[in-house]
Amino acid sequence: MNNGDIISIRGLRKTYRVGSVEVPALRGVDLSVRAGEFLSIVGPSGSGKSTLFHIIGGLTPPTEGEVQVAGENLASMTDAGRTRMRRRTVGFVFQKFNLLPNLTARDNIAVARFIAGANSKPDPAFEEVLRLLGIAERLDHKPHALSGGEQQRVAIARAIVNHPAILLADEPTGNLDTENSKAVLEILRDLNARAGQTILMITHNPEAAGYGHSTLHMRDGRIVERT
Amino acid sequence: MTGKLVLENLKHRPMRSLLSVLLIGVPVTLILTLVGMTHGMLEDSQHRQEGIGADIIVRGSTSTSVITLSGPSIPEAMVAKIEQQPHVALAMGVVTHAVDLPLAVSGIDMAKFNRMSGGFTYLSGHTLEKPDDILIDNAYAAQRHLQVGDTLNLINHPWHVVGIVESGKMARLVVDRSVLQNLDSSTNKLSQIYVKVDKSANIDPVLEQLRRDLPNYKIDTMEYWISMFNAGQIQGIREFTVVVAAIGVVIGFAVVCLSMYMAVLQRTREIGILKSLGASKGFILGTILLEALLLGVGGTILGILLSFGSRWAIATMVPASIQMVIVPSWWPIAGLITLFGAGLGALYPGLNAARHDPIEALAYE
Repeated sequence: MNNGDIISIRGLRKTYRVGSVEVPALRGVDLSVRAGEFLSIVGPSGSGKSTLFHIIGGLTPPTEGEVQVAGENLASMTDAGRTRMRRRTVGFVFQKFNLLPNLTARDNIAVARFIAGANSKPDPAFEEVLRLLGIAERLDHKPHALSGGEQQRVAIARAIVNHPAILLADEPTGNLDTENSKAVLEILRDLNARAGQTILMITHNPEAAGYGHSTLHMRDGRIVERT
Repeated sequence: MTGKLVLENLKHRPMRSLLSVLLIGVPVTLILTLVGMTHGMLEDSQHRQEGIGADIIVRGSTSTSVITLSGPSIPEAMVAKIEQQPHVALAMGVVTHAVDLPLAVSGIDMAKFNRMSGGFTYLSGHTLEKPDDILIDNAYAAQRHLQVGDTLNLINHPWHVVGIVESGKMARLVVDRSVLQNLDSSTNKLSQIYVKVDKSANIDPVLEQLRRDLPNYKIDTMEYWISMFNAGQIQGIREFTVVVAAIGVVIGFAVVCLSMYMAVLQRTREIGILKSLGASKGFILGTILLEALLLGVGGTILGILLSFGSRWAIATMVPASIQMVIVPSWWPIAGLITLFGAGLGALYPGLNAARHDPIEALAYE
């Protein structure tokens, strides 16, 4: 792991068992990501993009290989250890927003802070982030009263409220129109540029991928190119 | 924050929450109603025994618990014998015949009853005058919609209601002793003898003397006899209460288990979201348990409120046959029984939710 690498992966393999059949999702992935990098990941369905995300985000353990994320070795980590890591080291943004439907936008953000063990009231700097995201006036609404773009901005706010080392965005514009997609991508680029937020973003859209510093191409569980 | 999350979950599906609270409340009401009936009926019997004004009771040798009614077995001549004892002011023989349990009709000697108890308070009508006359108390009159002048068929015999008296003395149905003895084919036999002593200081000496003279009879002070009208003293009541409480636990368990199982299924994706934010298994289990406990608390409160409804319904429909009182000391017991059942019922769905794979949960549609 080089100095400055926030993610260092060597020989990563992941095999899922479906009944008695073993399905390889990752077949030997090597990857280094520097702190502050904005990396886009593209590839067809089934290429292993989401599995790579789930492993980096601590949602599932690797089958084989070395995975260092923010100085922690995920390969030897227990389920409880990966749960703890998700609280502060990574933040997720999903295609379907995944806000808790019963809570207001404000409470969706507060619950992330609560689970991380922080004071439920965000710090003053975060209030500024909320203004930049353009949702400061919409915080007391529940998700069903928010547009898709607004929901995704709340999801981004929730993902970064604990100042995670890495932001993992899985097709964040997949459910948005062109205008909202552009706005969300601008927000991600702004976060990366202003706060040095490390971002990994899965996308099918080449234009969206262009917002990253570099693009990782995946196919059949392997990285085939980095441009 | 956990509380808010749980409350919002409960508010999100109000019909599910309300139905769960209602179904949890039913066994609470069942427990409180049965406990209230046990206490109410015993207190009522106690009150009516106190109203007789006696100091000592002599029961037949076959008499057992306070809630059993044995046949008349005491020779009537015993009354005169007891009255000859020093310090005995009055002895009154009574015949009791069970009708529709727990109701019984008592055959009394009205003159002696008046001297011992101070007599009935007549709300309407007058005292017994003819062999077929019957006095009923106001609770029985209300239950059977009877008035003075009506005919009442009891023990295959038509009785003429001549008076409605205030309840609280002896029995709800009172007839002449000798008439009831004849109907029972137990002429010159009594069920109990009530004894009035000249001074309260002489109760114990008279009791000891009677016990020596009548070794085959059950003789107690009225104070002791009345204290036996206690749920803890009656065989089977404790076991009956335990069975009802166990039913409460089972119903609470089943209702909460089903309700929370459905809730966990509906919230699979939300559980995945919480897990992606780093929520531990303990946090997920805790929210499910807290939700179940809140439903349990709601059910307990509703159950307590419904028990007032039970009391009203019983007092309106069967005021003479059944008496129910509110027993607040049982509220926390019923609550704990319910919360135990609710907590138990939430464990399986809660552990299920805690074990959800976050990736599968997030993909759940």
